[in-house]
Amino acid sequence: MESKIFAPLKMEISNVDLFYGKFQALKSVNMAVQQNIITALIGPSGCGKSTLLRALNRMNDLIPGVKITGKILLDQTDIYKSGMAVTELRTRVGMVFQRPNPFPLSIYDNVAYGLRVAGITGKKELNEIVEKSLVGAWLWDQVKDKLNRSALDLPLDQQQRLCVARLLTIQPEVILMDEPCSSLDPIATMKIEELMIELKKNYTIVIVTHNMQQASRVSDYTGYMLLGEMIEFNDTKTLFTRPSKQLTEDYISGKYG
Amino acid sequence: MKLFGEKAVRRILMVTAFSALSGLLLIALFILNEGLPFIFKYGIKEFLFSSDWYPHLGKFGIYPMIVASLWVTLGAMIVGAPLGVFGAIFLSEYTPRPVMKIIKPTIELLAAIPSVVYGFIGVMVLAPIIRANFGGPGLSLLAASIILGIMILPTVISISIDSILAVPQSYREGSYALGATTWQTTHMVTIKASKSGIIASIILGLGRAIGETMAVIMVAGNSVNIPNTPLDSVRTLTANIALEMSYATGMHRQALFATGVVLLIVIIILNSLASVAIRKRMVKR
Ligand SMILES: Nc1ncnc2c1ncn2[C@@H]1O[C@H](COP(=O)(O)OP(=O)(O)O)[C@@H](O)[C@H]1O
Ligand SMILES: [Mg+2]
Repeated sequence: MESKIFAPLKMEISNVDLFYGKFQALKSVNMAVQQNIITALIGPSGCGKSTLLRALNRMNDLIPGVKITGKILLDQTDIYKSGMAVTELRTRVGMVFQRPNPFPLSIYDNVAYGLRVAGITGKKELNEIVEKSLVGAWLWDQVKDKLNRSALDLPLDQQQRLCVARLLTIQPEVILMDEPCSSLDPIATMKIEELMIELKKNYTIVIVTHNMQQASRVSDYTGYMLLGEMIEFNDTKTLFTRPSKQLTEDYISGKYG
Repeated sequence: MKLFGEKAVRRILMVTAFSALSGLLLIALFILNEGLPFIFKYGIKEFLFSSDWYPHLGKFGIYPMIVASLWVTLGAMIVGAPLGVFGAIFLSEYTPRPVMKIIKPTIELLAAIPSVVYGFIGVMVLAPIIRANFGGPGLSLLAASIILGIMILPTVISISIDSILAVPQSYREGSYALGATTWQTTHMVTIKASKSGIIASIILGLGRAIGETMAVIMVAGNSVNIPNTPLDSVRTLTANIALEMSYATGMHRQALFATGVVLLIVIIILNSLASVAIRKRMVKR
């Protein structure tokens, strides 16, 4: 597999197999996530994109009966090694979900959540970071006058940016996004895409999308998955213009799914 | 083979539903009809707030019984609510699902144990323990509180678990993904999101406690008095009706029905509070 590496490696996934009970959802997957780069995962529904993404911050631990083998390195450390502090891992590798999932709390309490979890309670410090994160997620102007209102009353796209803001407070190194735009309209989608490109300056991003245009618009690297396998992983331009595998070509030219 | 036509089925169902409803309504009306005139004749204030319950002298103040019922119910809540809520949290958030799915129906089964059995255990086991360790007659406010606290556990646990499980998994995932532990997730998100259901479970438990009769008669001691300590013997509203109904006549009998009216009103209030709490939860979602 050809891959031009032009940034330091942030995460390295090698020979990962993952089973839900007896069902094998990931088959010997390899992938390299470079720092300050947007890596996209594409492929038809059910091919294992979310599963792979959730393996990167061990969210799959929450599902009973999941077995995983192989290596996933974050800054050269195996995140599945015994004694790994999973809660700390998740503060370094954060996640934005497919459906916006703000807590049923006020906007402020949503954004301050991760800080409080980390034991930060100083009013002044909280206020500062909450504001900064909302600004960083391009949401401050819309919500600054109603921080005490329920987050569930916000429109969906603002809810999703609230989830981004909530994540920014704890300064993760990697941000995982699982089809973050799938419940949004095209204009809101564009806004999130622009936000991702802005965030790339400070964060490493992995995004799952079933939207090939989105992958080609925002990502630098793309992996094409099919039935649990990583069929092809390359820089986005090459993958979309000169794919090296017939399966990839079938998919991007629309012959599949 | 079609035994009944659509129309006939509908008619049968309607008659059944109507008779069930009218049965309940009749009972309520009967109690009101027997009790209300007495309350007005005797005087609402005198009835509710006088401490003199001497039926043979024509004195019918149920204040000590009201106080006893409130204390017993409060006691049951102090015993049962924390146990029940923490039990529900443990079962829903810390126990593997398959195990929880066995334990929950088992706990719900406890609600089916006849209250006389709880009372029996109270008399044979709990009262002697209280007498030996704290003094007093043993049959007391404390004994009644503990027995009732245990009796409301199935209600509190079962409804609390249901409302905790109804919290969308996506809330929990959002919390874990920010580095929260299970306990942080539980008390910062899950319980907050299921708060009204948990409150409803406690209120329904209260309704059960305040209405319970047999077990209370057996363990509370039944002296008409305003308790000074939890070790005192008390008589609740329900116990008073059950104990005296068999020989009461005239005014005395009407006074017992009036006691029933008071209970009816309290329970209606509690149940309305519970359904408001539950409805609030559903609206929020
Ligand atoms: N919790 C689970 N238990 C069992 N099978 C699952 C679970 N989650 C996903 N799967 C299966 O794993 C495969 C990959 O799922 P997923 O990673 O969600 O795919 P994608 O995100 O690419 O649509 C699918 O066949 C799906 O049915
Ligand atoms: Mg998915």
